[in-house]
Amino acid sequence: MLRRWSTVVIHMFEALTERLGAAFGRLRGRGRLTEADVDAALAEVRVALLEADVHVDVVRSLLDRVRGRALGAEVMESLTPAQQVVKIVRDELIATLGTRAEPLAEGRPLVILMVGLQGSGKTTTAAKLARMLARQKRNPLLVAADLQRPAAVDQLETLGGAVGVPVFSDKSSRPRRVVRAALKHARQAGHDALVIDTAGRLQIDDRLMDELADIRREARPQEVLLVVDAMTGQDAVNVARGFAERVGVTGVVLSKLDGDARGGAAISIRQVTGVPVKLVGVGEHPDALEPFHPDRMAGRILGMGDVLSLIEKAEETFDHREAERAARKLEEGSFDLDDFLSQFQMLKRMGSLKDILAMLPGAAGALRGIEIDDRDLRRVEAIIRSMTPEERRNPKIIDGSRRRRIAAGSGTNPQDVNRLLRQFAEAQRMMKQLSGGRGLPAGAGRGRRGQTKRKKRKR
Amino acid sequence: MDTTVFLIVAAVVVIGLVLVVALRDRSSTTTPARVPDVKERLAKARRSLTESLRRLGSRGSVDEAFWSQLEETLISADVGVATSGRLVARVRESRPADTQAALDTLRAAMVEVLSDRDRSLRLEGNPAVVLVVGVNGTGKTTTIAKLAHHLMGEGRSVLLAAADTFRAAAVDQLRTWAERIGCDCVAGGERADPAAVAFDAYQAARARGRDVVIVDTAGRLHAKGELMEQLAKIKRVLDREAGSVDEVLLVLDATAGQNGIVQAERFLEVVGVTGLVLAKLDGTAKGGIVLAIESSLGLPVKFVGIGEGMEDLVPFEPAAFVEALLGDL
Repeated sequence: MLRRWSTVVIHMFEALTERLGAAFGRLRGRGRLTEADVDAALAEVRVALLEADVHVDVVRSLLDRVRGRALGAEVMESLTPAQQVVKIVRDELIATLGTRAEPLAEGRPLVILMVGLQGSGKTTTAAKLARMLARQKRNPLLVAADLQRPAAVDQLETLGGAVGVPVFSDKSSRPRRVVRAALKHARQAGHDALVIDTAGRLQIDDRLMDELADIRREARPQEVLLVVDAMTGQDAVNVARGFAERVGVTGVVLSKLDGDARGGAAISIRQVTGVPVKLVGVGEHPDALEPFHPDRMAGRILGMGDVLSLIEKAEETFDHREAERAARKLEEGSFDLDDFLSQFQMLKRMGSLKDILAMLPGAAGALRGIEIDDRDLRRVEAIIRSMTPEERRNPKIIDGSRRRRIAAGSGTNPQDVNRLLRQFAEAQRMMKQLSGGRGLPAGAGRGRRGQTKRKKRKR
Repeated sequence: MDTTVFLIVAAVVVIGLVLVVALRDRSSTTTPARVPDVKERLAKARRSLTESLRRLGSRGSVDEAFWSQLEETLISADVGVATSGRLVARVRESRPADTQAALDTLRAAMVEVLSDRDRSLRLEGNPAVVLVVGVNGTGKTTTIAKLAHHLMGEGRSVLLAAADTFRAAAVDQLRTWAERIGCDCVAGGERADPAAVAFDAYQAARARGRDVVIVDTAGRLHAKGELMEQLAKIKRVLDREAGSVDEVLLVLDATAGQNGIVQAERFLEVVGVTGLVLAKLDGTAKGGIVLAIESSLGLPVKFVGIGEGMEDLVPFEPAAFVEALLGDL
């Protein structure tokens, strides 16, 4: 088992250092971006974008724009050349996605038509949206115009009940007629917002697309929201183009973003149709609908870890002197459980380990699937906390009886304590090796630290 | 920029993870899949990196436009950067005389990735149990209806288990289908325990002498631990009752992008997927992700969904699939 875990850690560091090597390795202060810098970084970026499901044509045109902007650009003081390129890519992504969150249209009554492929999440989104409108002091009405899928009306009625919004339906009618009746009903009952759920359909299904265009003419909505599954691949472009051309789309809702998909569809759709993403669905809870933030999405799509905001966050939280001391000890191999615990405390203040992990470059993609349960972390902490300071500094003194005491104190068993100690020793050894040898980027060693002290980051 | 702080953050995260997973090893008897999972992921991350480096190195040879068009065609069909790169590299190695020869080699290479797999349904239990799983909105319920219709056409009797007790009206949807097809449907009360529904359905099928039970489950994102654990429980209950579940079918949306691989990996780990159903292939999406899944996980696509009607489920045919994927080339 020991060997297995050491391989894991080494692999992890390879992923981490390779990326970091690109990012920090050729640190040489200011200067201008050379063609080699740009090409090397863009090759990595291309893979990252394609793996995030950004459309291949969109990737190409995006990288062309970036290349143009990057060549000869000045490298900011605080960044390495590679980071500078990534920053330009990120800026370009944000510029494409829209620099701010686009609000929903106004109007009374506000009519919103939900459209999309089968299974994209229209019905769930419709209910969430109705709830959002109700919270904005509107009096919304949900309209069940999906008469295609069995029990879709029942589903909307149940969801409407759950969010406390009335649902207008008539299973025996046709969609267009349902919409007409709903508009009339809304006027009489004083509803100032309507959210119309429609049947899922393929953008190449002429009959159903005509039907949808018909519904649109009847409803005269201020918003036609295309609901797109965040897990959608390259086809997102065709879907969005189809709906935009045949029915007209005013905004996109990216659903199921609470999974681990990177959601490159967002950028493809925006680039190809010009339609902004307005909302994102982030869970099954009725409140799990949020405004879209282009900057967060850019980081997620790049998947290279949001190094800048990680460092920003870390600098706010970490005690510099303490961190320097810990780094030195890490290098010397004398980083003990006490150091780990105190650094870990600071880390926790930055947010959940999972979020931090997601911001680390390289490793993030590989480790995204590992679930880090708070309970697991508490167990680790409990064990270390049940040790005396002496034991934390020098775990070698932990014998059978100490082990039993620690286990009892932390609500675990002696084997757990043993396992943790063994792994820590192994990790310790490896950190030493890596920071001493070629492993860690040039930064872990001497010169870097001096530089760090002097440098104040500029933005 | 403060590299020291960054280094510390990284190091502490790594140590924290190592310790967490070390402790988790103990409980690995109950969730055996987790540890290899980490290893595989890491190995994969490395593979994809070397892959991209290798590709970089091979640039600048003759016919570059053709090769990059070939690669982009595969990528735009959701085959993925890595698998596309591998396929194109293989064709390049064969040094084709002209583009036609290249395309033939590519087709053959793709069909080869998809060959030698048993794509038939194994229905040995009495009753046989088919568990249908997948993320939200891929088309599980509709696929089940089609599958039931298909099996009944072969002369088998079918019972549907409505174990999606989460999504509003999912039970009604399955019931409506059962009425249309003319088969039994067993459901629990409101918010019933899905494992209990699956258990009841199995007992009912045995008592009524049905040949096959098809169990519908709630869509769940594979990244959600609790929901996956609930799915594992359904599987355990069925395994215990039936000896073993005959088929665990993962329904994958043809529009799925690269996340499809992670979906397949996670569902494979948690419930031991035995085959895929590629739904909604009647749209413009090519479903190329299954090429990556078949080659990396060895999971066979067994059926393809090509419409909303009962009849619209057909056996997967590699050659036809490859032909459709390459389209205009």
